Amino acid sequence: MIFKKFNIENKKARDLIPQAITVLALLSVIIYFATNAQINMGNRGISFGFGFLNQEASFDITFSMIEYDGSHSYGRAFLVGLLNTILVSVIGIFFATIIGVVVGVSRLSDNYLIAKVAEWYVEIFRNIPLILQIFFWYFAALRALPLPENGISFNDISFLTIKGWYVPKFIWTNFNIFLLSVIAAFIAIYFINSYATKQREQFGKQLPATSISLATLILIPLITFLFLGVSLTFEYPVLKQLSSTVYTYEGGVSIIPELIALALALSMYTATFIAENVRAGILGVGKGQKEAAASIGLNKNQILKLVVMPQALRIIIPPTTNQYLNLTKNSSLAAAIAYPDIVLVFAGTALMQTGRAIEIISITMLTYLTLSISISMFMNWYNKKMAIKEK
Amino acid sequence: MKSIKTWIFVGFASLLLVACGQGGGGAGSKKSKTLENTKKAGFVKCGVSQGLPGFSNADASGNWTGIDVDVCRAVAAAVLGDADKVKYTPLSAKERFTALTSGEIDVLARNTTWTLSRDADIGLTFVGVNFYDGQGFMVRKNSGINSVNDFKNGISACTNTGTTTELNMRDFFNSKIISYEPIAFEKADEVVQAYDAGRCDTYTTDKSGLAAQRTKMSNPDEHKVLPETISKEPLGPVVRQGDAVWEDIVRWSLNTMIEAEEYGVNSSNASSLKDSENPAIKRLVGSEGELGAAFGLDNEWSLRIIEQVGNYGESYKKHIADTGILPNRGPNQLWTKGGILYVPPAR
Repeated sequence: MIFKKFNIENKKARDLIPQAITVLALLSVIIYFATNAQINMGNRGISFGFGFLNQEASFDITFSMIEYDGSHSYGRAFLVGLLNTILVSVIGIFFATIIGVVVGVSRLSDNYLIAKVAEWYVEIFRNIPLILQIFFWYFAALRALPLPENGISFNDISFLTIKGWYVPKFIWTNFNIFLLSVIAAFIAIYFINSYATKQREQFGKQLPATSISLATLILIPLITFLFLGVSLTFEYPVLKQLSSTVYTYEGGVSIIPELIALALALSMYTATFIAENVRAGILGVGKGQKEAAASIGLNKNQILKLVVMPQALRIIIPPTTNQYLNLTKNSSLAAAIAYPDIVLVFAGTALMQTGRAIEIISITMLTYLTLSISISMFMNWYNKKMAIKEK
Repeated sequence: MKSIKTWIFVGFASLLLVACGQGGGGAGSKKSKTLENTKKAGFVKCGVSQGLPGFSNADASGNWTGIDVDVCRAVAAAVLGDADKVKYTPLSAKERFTALTSGEIDVLARNTTWTLSRDADIGLTFVGVNFYDGQGFMVRKNSGINSVNDFKNGISACTNTGTTTELNMRDFFNSKIISYEPIAFEKADEVVQAYDAGRCDTYTTDKSGLAAQRTKMSNPDEHKVLPETISKEPLGPVVRQGDAVWEDIVRWSLNTMIEAEEYGVNSSNASSLKDSENPAIKRLVGSEGELGAAFGLDNEWSLRIIEQVGNYGESYKKHIADTGILPNRGPNQLWTKGGILYVPPAR
């Protein structure tokens, strides 16, 4: 009886044995490399450890979203780099999605000119290597910007120069109350939408849920301004002379040109792929669906919103997830134009200052892995939400 | 493109460290594994910069020249008998140490500053100094900035990542209580482009580097180097820790070039000085003593260095002075002539 369990004809065993062998082989390979690295590093007098993360970094970073200067630790510098990577990825994904959707829809336009322009955009930007596009935006396009003393002025409150885009700084009073009101507005919107869905499903009534939501989002925070002591003032950038020909702006917030160039390049490049996904998604919805929708009396907007988009999204989301992941990983090209992302700050300067290649490269790889997995998990969740629900 | 390459390179080099079979170190043994491997391969594996005129720079046909390159050539002449038997690997500041510790290269001659933490911490050994440098600032001539004391809050400074300049820059601006915007690029060419375009008000790196990079600007005459020097930057060749014999070979290859200048031995008169009256000169050209045997080389090793590469003065003149980078030798003059070049005697 016992032998029967391990019999080759036993399906369970047949499935299990190759898997067990694979896991064992993989483990031994990992252990082999780890021991080898240990021995080699030992021979060369290199120690292994993560204690350096608490040491003083003693280098400064151009641009940081949290308080940082050289007296902070390498761990803090890592965090600065990570946040900068996340920042440029979020900006990139936001604009890539908008441009992608617009271009994707434009390619299907009946207007010949719009369709052709969109087609050319896609063909040009997706076929040039990303690093060249980054160099183009940074060294060619931004180089044409004027020096601070001749900065392009937007109503004298914002200035675009070769040293960056100086914008007014928001100075809040009672920011917490404002933040709470925004959260409250979102909760209200959630309830409004579920109520609208219920009304539609039970009584067939169409409520203008979108307009009501928008109004809520504006009204509730507005109340805090009027009655709850929230106020907002601006600090404007002012031109400052440093020496006879050297100028800069003081006050306000400086959006560094490295960030602008990188975000531009990443979103313009990735948008081409998203545009193709959008086009594929819309074309993938059968003609009969639209005709059926029209035959039951839906108008053009309703057809797009209620019939075409829900089905198109199912086709669009999975490949677009890949593009979001690509964009995030491609942001590591930042180092070429001095945008202080995790690769430049941590896998660059910190690695060189400490010489801890193995530790730093593994931390950096793990970080990208975590970022990517988080994005996939979110997109998978969204995809599931959009998937066909059998009723 | 560079940054992907750098990425792959560092990752790969770490992998190499992970993957290559054990051994290689052999600390304390009299035999030198690196020397054996070099003889077997037939060339010296030397890490250089990606292009710094005067130090290590490749011409259009791929020939490397410079005073750092001459250190590699000296080692090749001593060990293999032919100064041209060198394989050059251009490295970014970030890649250089990993390349050395992982065994990708055996000598790093890449204008590298000797510091305590580099020497003690990361498995490297500095063997000497072939150029005494210091960090300085370059500004536009019309900027009205004539000294570092003219810097004001909000100044933006471009430099390279992965070098000591980033640290010195911070120390300097902090001590002057000036807030500044540091912009650090991976490659020197990109720093030059950004500074040239006006992205930053000043460009800071080693003064020799500034002098060399100035030649690459769209209009070199519009720029000047400020008089102040804000740091000590002794640049020298580096080897891996744990191979004492190899370390000695590289150290004494460099020392031989400096000592040869001290005794007036150069590439044209070296062989005729075999019968010199001066024992020190005779030791240098290999007609007295058995100095090479100490690290497993023949007795003509130092003669070959002087004949094929030249002495330090010849190398400096050819690469640094005659190219207009730094015509004045400054501290890089022999101790007997008012400089600080002073090497232990070869005896």
